[in-house]
Amino acid sequence: MNIFSDIFSDYTFGVVALGSAALGTVSGVLGSFAVLRKQSLLGDGVSHSALPGVVAAFLLTGIKSSGTLLFGALAAGLAAAFLINFFVKRTKVKFDAALATVMSAFFGFGTVLLTCAQKIPDSTQAGLSAFIYGQASSMLKSDVVLIICCSAVLITGVLIFWKEFKVFSFDKDFSVQLGYSERFISLLLTFMTVAAVILGIQTVGVVLMSAMLIAPAAAARQWSGSLSGTVVLAAVFGAFSGVIGSYASAVSDDLPTGPAIVVAASAIAVASILFAPKRGIVKRFIQRKECRIRLTMQKNSGGEGRD
Amino acid sequence: MGAETEIQLIAALTAAGCAIPGVFLVLRRMSMTSDSITHTILLGIVLAFFAVNDLSSPVLLFGAALMGTVTVWLTELLTKTRLVSEDSATGIVFPLLFSIAVILITRYAGSAHLDTDSVLLGELAFAPFDRMIVLGTDIGAKGLYISGGLLALNIIFVSVFFKELTVVSFDPVLAAVMGFSPAVIHYSLMTAASLTAVGAFESVGSVLVTAFMIAPAAAAYLLTDDLKQMLVLAVLIGASSGLLGYHTAMLFDVSIAGSMACWTGIFFVAAAGFGIFSGKVKGRKIKGGNVILKK
Repeated sequence: MNIFSDIFSDYTFGVVALGSAALGTVSGVLGSFAVLRKQSLLGDGVSHSALPGVVAAFLLTGIKSSGTLLFGALAAGLAAAFLINFFVKRTKVKFDAALATVMSAFFGFGTVLLTCAQKIPDSTQAGLSAFIYGQASSMLKSDVVLIICCSAVLITGVLIFWKEFKVFSFDKDFSVQLGYSERFISLLLTFMTVAAVILGIQTVGVVLMSAMLIAPAAAARQWSGSLSGTVVLAAVFGAFSGVIGSYASAVSDDLPTGPAIVVAASAIAVASILFAPKRGIVKRFIQRKECRIRLTMQKNSGGEGRD
Repeated sequence: MGAETEIQLIAALTAAGCAIPGVFLVLRRMSMTSDSITHTILLGIVLAFFAVNDLSSPVLLFGAALMGTVTVWLTELLTKTRLVSEDSATGIVFPLLFSIAVILITRYAGSAHLDTDSVLLGELAFAPFDRMIVLGTDIGAKGLYISGGLLALNIIFVSVFFKELTVVSFDPVLAAVMGFSPAVIHYSLMTAASLTAVGAFESVGSVLVTAFMIAPAAAAYLLTDDLKQMLVLAVLIGASSGLLGYHTAMLFDVSIAGSMACWTGIFFVAAAGFGIFSGKVKGRKIKGGNVILKK
């Protein structure tokens, strides 16, 4: 079987694969910046925090369309990101503790709201908990259009602010000196990351979305030393794992799509860390061995010379 | 003992037990490790379940605790290559292990009563139905013994190794010079955290274990500069969140664990508010001088 012929022949698979690929691309691009800024776990926090937003949006409007729910998720995710930032800036609590506290409290509130939603007598609330694990196989064509449009907007945003993001990620002080507003760039980058995470929770779920942000970016970093190279490669890795994951779950009966995508992305990351040509572990091992041989040879010849 | 009292006791004991290892996680900036452990214990449970094929076997808990420690070890292994930063390593390891667990469950354990929902979310309201029966007599809910045991274990662990834990947390180099092995203390702490997470997840669900580990400790961190006070405060905040959470949940008829987690968040916000307020008051006292901003 050929993946490409499958995309054109199987409608459902085509839709899911396209959506997952778009998602992988955008999370790869924004993940690169998150990994660079050592904020890769922010995605984890934001995606957990989105749960109360999803349920609250449903409770308030009674509509279960992706657009409404994702809007609620976005609002909750942004609120969480803002709160984390606030606590880090204004109190002595460190980033990790602020992140863990905010995200688990939000998630707790989400489960509270979820039990409220379950009390609604009709069954309209069914499927809300799918947001926890994601349900890529239920992706509709409209969802894919939404994902692709948002991804396009986010990627265009990254291209427009490329210079600012680059300087900001590597040297914050320098970017301030150049006259860029630290607050604005930080806010914009956080907003875009949150948006990418929210787009993904429907597909891979709140628990696993963080992996989509980190794994492709960490893999790409092993192959490329430049920011543009890393971002492009991360996008490719993300898209590739999206397609592979949805393909695997399409051909196998009970393989959930979200976890399959994450396993594919993690496999790429692990393989990159092991086998990357310049800094991979295998390469490093060989280099060390060669070095040792050379040293022994030198020592031996040197020893002979002295004798 | 009535079911209500039992639930309240389990809630308070679990939250108090979680807060103790949490204090050290917060101090060592490893808060997200608790999130990572609580997710991967699912894989430990699944693998142990395949090995013994019995859901009530204690081997499951052992497998889960072991997997928690393995997660920490794998994350450190990845960090040590210096190819990825520590946060990225955490973010790669735990989703991978969690995904494998979810895949294994959906593929092979469909018929068993093992679903991700119960592990991830937990349900405290059912805790009193699981009785501890010794020699044919009912001596109380099982959860009561598990949570009480964990609290006792953590208290013993911290009081025996208090000096070691303090030195390792604040100055690992000094600890090594003094002859304590930071690695041994570190892994004992991680094992304690994993055991606690395993004991707690059954009643409160794995995601919310993070809330009980980190939020009370972070709140206590804001209120005091003394480690002993911080431990006591964290335990008190945890226990109060447990009790308040239970009553709030009863009032609105919602998830108990969820409202307990909300209360830990409320305590944290209150502590942060207190910190910011007292910081401002102190700041004003310095007239003419620079107000020292906390970073």
